[in-house]
This record gives sequence, C-alpha cells and structure tokens, in this order.
Amino acid sequence: MMQAAGPMLEIKKLSVSIHGAPILEDLNLTVRAGEVAAIMGPNGSGKSTLAYVIAGKPDYEIVSGEIWFDGEDLLELEPNERAQKGVFLAFQYPVEIPGVATMTFMKATLNARRRSRGQGDLTTPDFMRRVREASQMLKLDQEMLRRPLNVGFSGGEKKRLEILQMALLRPRLCVLDETDSGLDIDALKVVSDGVNALRDPERAFLVITHYQRLLEHIRPDVVHVMAKGRIVASGGPELALELERNGYRDYAEAAA
Amino acid sequence: MAAVQGTVDRVRSIDVEAYKYGFVSPIESDVAPKGLNEDIIRFISARKEEPEWLLAWRLDAFRRWLTMGAPKWARVEYPPIDFQEIHYFSAPKTTPGPKSLDDVDPELLRTYAKLGIPLVEQEILAGVERPRVAVDAVFDSVSVATTFKAELAKVGVIFCSFSEAVRNHPDLVRRYLGTVVPATDNFYATLNSAVFSDGSFVYVPPGIRCPMELSTYFRINEKNTGQFERTLIVADKGSYVSYLEGCTAPKRDENQLHAAVVELIALEDAEIKYSTVQNWYPGDAEGKGGIYNFVTKRGDCRGARSKISWTQVETGSAITWKYPSCILRGEASRGEFYSIAISNGRQQVDSGTKMIHLGCNTRSRIISKGIAAGKSQNTYRGQVSAHRLATGARNFTNCDSLLIGHQCGAHTVPYIEAKNASAIIEHEATTSKVSEEQLFYCLQRGLSAEEATALIVNGFVRDVLQQLPMEFAVEAQKLIAISLEGSVG
Repeated sequence: MMQAAGPMLEIKKLSVSIHGAPILEDLNLTVRAGEVAAIMGPNGSGKSTLAYVIAGKPDYEIVSGEIWFDGEDLLELEPNERAQKGVFLAFQYPVEIPGVATMTFMKATLNARRRSRGQGDLTTPDFMRRVREASQMLKLDQEMLRRPLNVGFSGGEKKRLEILQMALLRPRLCVLDETDSGLDIDALKVVSDGVNALRDPERAFLVITHYQRLLEHIRPDVVHVMAKGRIVASGGPELALELERNGYRDYAEAAA
Repeated sequence: MAAVQGTVDRVRSIDVEAYKYGFVSPIESDVAPKGLNEDIIRFISARKEEPEWLLAWRLDAFRRWLTMGAPKWARVEYPPIDFQEIHYFSAPKTTPGPKSLDDVDPELLRTYAKLGIPLVEQEILAGVERPRVAVDAVFDSVSVATTFKAELAKVGVIFCSFSEAVRNHPDLVRRYLGTVVPATDNFYATLNSAVFSDGSFVYVPPGIRCPMELSTYFRINEKNTGQFERTLIVADKGSYVSYLEGCTAPKRDENQLHAAVVELIALEDAEIKYSTVQNWYPGDAEGKGGIYNFVTKRGDCRGARSKISWTQVETGSAITWKYPSCILRGEASRGEFYSIAISNGRQQVDSGTKMIHLGCNTRSRIISKGIAAGKSQNTYRGQVSAHRLATGARNFTNCDSLLIGHQCGAHTVPYIEAKNASAIIEHEATTSKVSEEQLFYCLQRGLSAEEATALIVNGFVRDVLQQLPMEFAVEAQKLIAISLEGSVG
C-alpha cells in the first residue's frame, strides 16, 4: 500500500468538550505508520475521550482543532466511514447486543468493510477459516462465538473478542482503550500476543493505559503522557518506567 | 445532547414516501358503484353466483351491522370512515376461468415480479418445482391463479378461492363458515360478513399432512376499493397444514379500508400453523394514505389435543387493529401467538392476541415483540382467560418492546382472567431502547446506522423469526430492514 510521507494520524490543537465541560484542550499528537504509541495518564486526563473522538463518538463537541488520518480530515467523516478507512477502537467496555450471534455480527462488519472497498462478501468457509485462525491465536472458544455478542461474557472474554475483531478487520490504526483493565496476567499475555502479532510497518497502535504492566508485553516506540486534556510529555519506553516509579503527580501539576 | 438531537433530525427526515412497493397496475376492473346497501350486497352475491343461503347470511349480517358502531377501545386515531364512499366489489378482468398461470393477465404476473418478494413463488413461476409452495393469488378480491391444485387433490386437500369453495364444496363451507367468527362478532367482522368479496378456503382431510406450505399473496390494487377477504381453513382430525399469507400494496392517496376475517378450525389432534408477513402501505410522512387494517383472525381448537399457531410479522398499514386469537376448547389443546410488530413514521399499531382457555389442560404461549420508531405508537393488547372448567390451564406470555428514537410510544395492555384456581398464567414484559452505545459500537465496526439498527432489531425479534418457515423468515428479515429505513441516520 502506498502512503503519503506524512504521519498516519495527526491531531492539531484539538479542544473537545462534553455538555459544555472542556475535556481536551489544545491537544497535539502525531502517530506514524508502524508506530506503537502509548498514551498514559491519570484518571480523568481525557484518554478515553481522545479515543472516542478519534472514532467519532457523537456525544462530544469538537470546539476547535483538526484530526488528519492518512491525509483526510477525519472530523468530516461519520464513525462508520472512519472505520471503513481503517480506524479501529477496542472498547474499554464493549457493549452487549442481545439476540445477535457474535459470529453473525463479525461477518456483517467484515462484509460491510469489504463492500466499502468494492470487494465482494466473504464466503462462509473463508470467513470461518479466518475466525478459526484468529480465535486460536486468542485462545477463544469458537462455541462462544455462537452466543449473542458480549452477552454473559467475562471481562477477559470481552477484551479478547475486541482483539479478535481487530485481527479480522485488519485496521490501519488500532486504538486500544484500556484493553488491559480487568485482565489477569494470563489473559493480558494472550491479548498482548494478539496485538503483537498484528504489528506491521503499515499499521499503527495507540495504546491507552494507566499502567506500565501492559507495556511490558506490548513494547511501545513512543510514550505520551496525558494530563488535564493535553499531552504534557513524550519520550521513549523509559518514560513509562519513570511514571511507574514516580506517578503522574509531577505531570498533573505541570499541566495545571 | 448532540447525539440525541442527531437522531431526532434523522427520524424527522424519514422518507416514508419512498415506499418501495407504491405503484399501481393498470388492469381493467369490473367495479361496483360506490356505497353500501342491500342492493349492493345482492349485486355482489349475484356476480359470484352464490346460493340463496349465502345471500341470506350476508343480508342478515348487513342488517346487524347497521345497528353497530365502530369499536373505540383501541389506541388508534383516525377520521371517521365514510362507508358510502367505498366500492365493495372489484374484479380484475381476466380471461374467464384461468386454468394455469399461462392464462393469467401478464400485467398481473409483472406486478408480482415487481414486488420482488415471493422468492419461492418466483421459482414456481419459472417452472422450478422445489421447494413446493402452492399459491392462491388473491388480486383485488378475486382469486386469479391457483397452482398445485392437482397435487393437493391427490391427497384430498382442498385449496381454492372462497367463491370456488362455495360452488364446489357448499356443504363444507356452510358447515364451518361463521362458526369461529360469527357474523355478529364485531363491527368490522360483521361488515366483512355482509360484503366479503373472496378469499381462500382450505380443507385438509383426516390424517393428512398437507404436502406443501400453502401460500397466498394479497394485493390491494383498485383505487378506493375496500378489501374484504374471507379465509376459512379447516384441518380435520389428525391433519396438519401450514399456511402463509403475505401482502404488499400499491401506494394510495386515500385511506383504504381492509377488513378481513380469517377463521381456523382444528379438529381432534389437528394442527394449523398460520404465518403472516404484512407490508401494506403505511401512509406518507404525515400518515396520510395508508391502509387501515381492521382484521378479525381467530382459530378454534375444537378437538382434543389440537393446536393452532399464529405467527405474524407486521410492518405496514397506517393503522393495524388485529388480534389473532385462539379458542382452546378441546381438551389439552394448544394455542400459540408469535408476533413482530414494527411501526415507523406515523403508523399506529394496536395488536395482540386472545387466548381463551375453555378446556382442561389447555396451554398457550404468547411471544410478542413490538418495535416502535419515528412518531409511531405501538400497543400490545392481549387477553388471557381461563374459564371455570379449564382446570390445569397454563399460559406463558412474554411481551417485549423496543423503542428507536424518543418520539414513539410502546404500550402493553394485558387483560388476564382466571376463573379457576388451578390455572397458571405468567406474564413477562420489558421495554428497552436501542442505545446510542450499541449503535456507536456497530458504527465503529463499519456498519451504517441502518445496517446496525436492522441487526439489533433482528436480534431482538429472533425468537419469533425462528417460528417462521425458512423462506418466509428470510423475507421477513429483509422487510424489517426496509421498514426501519430512515429511523436512524
């Protein structure tokens, strides 16, 4: 795939509020193809809002700023158009859809994406093969995929299912919103392996987390620290270790 | 909240005008003058060359009707209907007595093709024999095509138009007509009894399992024509029949009244499965021009261990007033009602069922899924009663409503009566909304809002869809998607 020389994702002076309350203020962020960027920060720093705004969740008011994705103005696109262009958000709290088999849901989304690219629907055997491969990698029981989407799934199962969908959809930009929350050590390992298997020079990851723990498994190229709705520090993986030792307090004060 | 406002705007912009089946077939009709009086009834009866007893039955019903008023208890609003402004008879001019589809007006066949719906039936038209479905096509009141009659005749199953049944099987018709829905039953059923034009008749002899699903596609085609179908299905001892009814109608400027009557009779150990997919014109964005659907459907489980099962997918009509019911008379007989009722735009639905437990150890099951979008009102109205002698009667009712947007309404009105202490009646009801979170999740995975809504709704109605015969379920699923178009952005 030919890409412009510029960054994959470029956020410029983004200010966002919800119900009139400012959440993000003058946020700048650049993510390049092939990069794994970690976003760390305390509760309430606006990390999840950033993830939602990139994905196009409608509750947020974009006060000012720009988001460019592969040279396109992302803010002009509907959430499903963004998804079709390759933006994927692994939700912190994946929603339940009663009555819709997980398999049915995944097939519908995969085919919607294929159609948006002028490709035909996958045949059922092709689809099943892809699901089988991906679910083996994520140690997900295929029987589970016949159950309604996320209904009665454990926290760990829901998170693994998000990564399974990511593996099937093969997005350009993967935004992982606290994918590590609620995971035990084993599940964390499985999920991280799943993510690592998708690392690719043409793909970028924005990994949102509170903890260094996840970053031991998914090694970031860049670490950004977020506080009070903006990026207050950026550095290499060592920055995450420093945060683990000293906490966010210094950064929070700096932002204030 | 921005998101909600967005939904409101989208719902407001619903283009109900874009009703995809709105077209009129230019077929010459033989139309009776407008209005209703005894002469018109005599005209209808004469045109159909009916026996004297049937004319007398019609006239009795008409005189009774004159003393009745339209029911007011349903949660629907509409201007008073001027019954003198309606044509009560209209017959398409075809060559007399078509013997096969080849003899049928090609315009008529094109109309069916344009509907694009009858998947299985199209196969039949193309000469494909499997899966086998017999079609008794009701086109503006007169049955014009009947297929597979010979094969059905081999096992003694009678499947023909109502008029034909009156001519060829008068004793059967006379024995059963009006025994489930009496001519005096209610305003609309009584009107139907007086002026019914045509419909279908089915008789399955003792011990016979009907070898195919019987299917009727209704179309309302003639301008200003009331449609008064009359269907009578009799399953004799130990027999089984599955009957499919599906409808779409062309677009209209004026409201069209539809007052059908369906009577089902199941004798000892017999089973009738009656499935409906209804997609009549719902009216424009203001609700003008849609079909008024006032239907009386009732089944009588007359024999011991008999079973009647109603499954309906209701997506069309400006007004739906419809309560397919079961009278559980036979000992250990069973009644079932599975319903999906979808309303959008300005549609008003007041639908449900009645399960009347008369015999001992009778059982009934009601699963109703109501989906309201746009500015529609969707009411489930259901009665379950266990009479004094119905010892061991058992009912389970589950009634779920789903709201899309926040200008619509869903209402559940259960009437429950138990007159003996051994009856067990359960009623469960839920109301939920398609949440913004669910929609956003689907959108994030690349589905459009419409695809997402259809998916969520199909999940919601899955229990009922599973009750439909397979080909019908596929159709119904598409219909659900079509009828919710524009309900979200």
